[in-house]
Amino acid sequence: MTNIAVVGFAASPVERRSAGTTSGVEMLVPIFGEVFAQTGLGRNDIGFWCSGSSDYLAGRAFSFVQAVDAIGAVPPIMESHVEMDGAWALYEAWVKLLTGEAEIALAYGFGKSSGAELRRVLALQLDPYVLAPLWPDAVSLAALQARAGLDAGLWSEEDMAYVAERSRASGAGNPRAQLRAKASTAELLARPYVAEPLRAHDCAPVGDGAAVVILAAGDRVRELCERPAWITGFEHRIDSAALGARDLLTVPSAAAAGRAAAAGRAAAAGRAAGVSGIDVAELHAPFTHQELLLRSALGLGGDVTVNPSGGALCGNPMFAAGLARIGYAARAVMDGTADRALGHATSGPLLQQNLVCVMEAGS
Amino acid sequence: MTELLQAPLDIGFDYTRSPGPVLSRFLTGLRERRILGARAADGRVHVPPFEYDPVTSAPPDSFVEVAPEGTVVTWCRVPAPLEGQPLDHPFAWALIRLDGADTCLLHAVDADDVTTGMRVRARWARGPANGIRAIECFEPPSKPPSKPPSGEDRSSIGTAIAVPIDERSSDPILVTPINLHYVHTASPGEAAYLRGLAEGRLLGQRCPACGKVYIPTRGTCPADGVPMAEQVELPDVGTVTTFCVVNVPYPGQKLTPPYVAAAVLLDGADIAFQHLITGCDVSEVRMGLRVKAHWKQSGIDYFEPAGEPDAPYESYAGQL
Repeated sequence: MTNIAVVGFAASPVERRSAGTTSGVEMLVPIFGEVFAQTGLGRNDIGFWCSGSSDYLAGRAFSFVQAVDAIGAVPPIMESHVEMDGAWALYEAWVKLLTGEAEIALAYGFGKSSGAELRRVLALQLDPYVLAPLWPDAVSLAALQARAGLDAGLWSEEDMAYVAERSRASGAGNPRAQLRAKASTAELLARPYVAEPLRAHDCAPVGDGAAVVILAAGDRVRELCERPAWITGFEHRIDSAALGARDLLTVPSAAAAGRAAAAGRAAAAGRAAGVSGIDVAELHAPFTHQELLLRSALGLGGDVTVNPSGGALCGNPMFAAGLARIGYAARAVMDGTADRALGHATSGPLLQQNLVCVMEAGS
Repeated sequence: MTELLQAPLDIGFDYTRSPGPVLSRFLTGLRERRILGARAADGRVHVPPFEYDPVTSAPPDSFVEVAPEGTVVTWCRVPAPLEGQPLDHPFAWALIRLDGADTCLLHAVDADDVTTGMRVRARWARGPANGIRAIECFEPPSKPPSKPPSGEDRSSIGTAIAVPIDERSSDPILVTPINLHYVHTASPGEAAYLRGLAEGRLLGQRCPACGKVYIPTRGTCPADGVPMAEQVELPDVGTVTTFCVVNVPYPGQKLTPPYVAAAVLLDGADIAFQHLITGCDVSEVRMGLRVKAHWKQSGIDYFEPAGEPDAPYESYAGQL
């Protein structure tokens, strides 16, 4: 099978309210410039472009088409789009490279949540017959899940706050994060609930941003990057959309995607499948308790560095945050911080759908 | 830094859906103040009913009525309800396992003190209610029960109800009103163009890479992916490059057919835009017709013949 690696990554600053448009162009043009500078590529070198975004943030059907202004579509380009986080656009780009139809692909994701009532808009991703007509907002649904975990003794409010404290300490070191101010668990717990049992720090901030990742295949990789992040596993799975029929305290799709993503490389290395050996994991957890669920589902031990970027809790550009997790994980490999990294993305309500990308140094 | 140009963008529409055989049976049941679940192959009763068994993929072959009362499995507070939510005062969401069901139903609970494990009972909507909103919310059973319809038969709770799946339901299409509110922001290029229009000026932009002039402009050259900074003011005269005569009436149409929609290439622009041509018979509109703008307060309401000789084909052949 073709060896494919991440050779470039850039994330825009994540801002509470960007001055740009919902088509993302103003956020994308600078970071396209960054990845082209990293790799020495120009737009005419990209064999396949794929974007992830949602028209529901723009309030306009087909708004995503205008993002192509950031690319320059003359001469004509091979391009695709998913109404999902850019992590799934990256998956499509990876498949495109596996087929041999392109050697270099660029995946991008963007979202301007500041123009929308995000928590209401996300109600429209729910079952349209029995859930969406009630308009259950995204924060309330997360609060239901957090409460269930508290009742089951899986975590405490202190455990949740500690995830936020640790994330913010990491975010302070990320110049592109939205939230960069440290706070202690005690300070955070003193603040009021926004949707009991959730406090503001338990929820990812609303903000605008974009991310871009460049993949290359085979011999092209070494031309473009000194220390590429080779993709050794890339899987996604989905659970039931029936929120009341699913056990909200396990994440079967994340566990399955993680096992499958780790399996291929493990088999080749003659070890049992599992995420052992992961140095850095970037987990797309928009709520503090969800990081705890994902760690457990993916079997990540205390020796794994989780979300050195600050994670979604420090900046959650919708439809780019998952792609950014993969990018930050790749960067850990590319800058020598990690030999083996895991990037995770989630989609749908309450961790319904999960994607795991395992990347390694060397080939 | 020029001030951002923003405006409210409010979307409202009634989304209509056909429920299909399983959900129409469920929704009909709600209108009858009965809550129906589907029994899966593994024996679990799913409320709401599944359309296809999550394990075997088979459609349900029978429904089971469950009680309108059950237990709160998890909950959260809503201190400030959002538009469209079931109640307009603070409430709680809950996942509720109704007696007889093995899965949970999500709904609102009208109570100040909600706890895991508390008992709640459906409060049926007064008056006509649509779909899952036939249940207004749940409430503690200590509240007086909403008056049941006379002759309500509770003896069927728990027993399997064989309902042929292909029974034609008399349920109407499910209508879900959607209202979303946005603040739309124009790009700097768009904002300059729109502000120019309000001043009676036509402002395009030139791409530094290909040199083409765009009007209207979004601010980035779609051919090169390069931001455009150079502003170019254009005259309000141009050429019809192509056109069509609209003959078909439609609801909301502002002009009476026949009328002409045309691609107008302003002098100095490299891309045409669509606009209306009036001031002459539709049969007189032709490729190459020279036109000038007729301005209204905040823009151009149509173009009309400029009274000049037609533009030669070569002058606009590249923009077709």
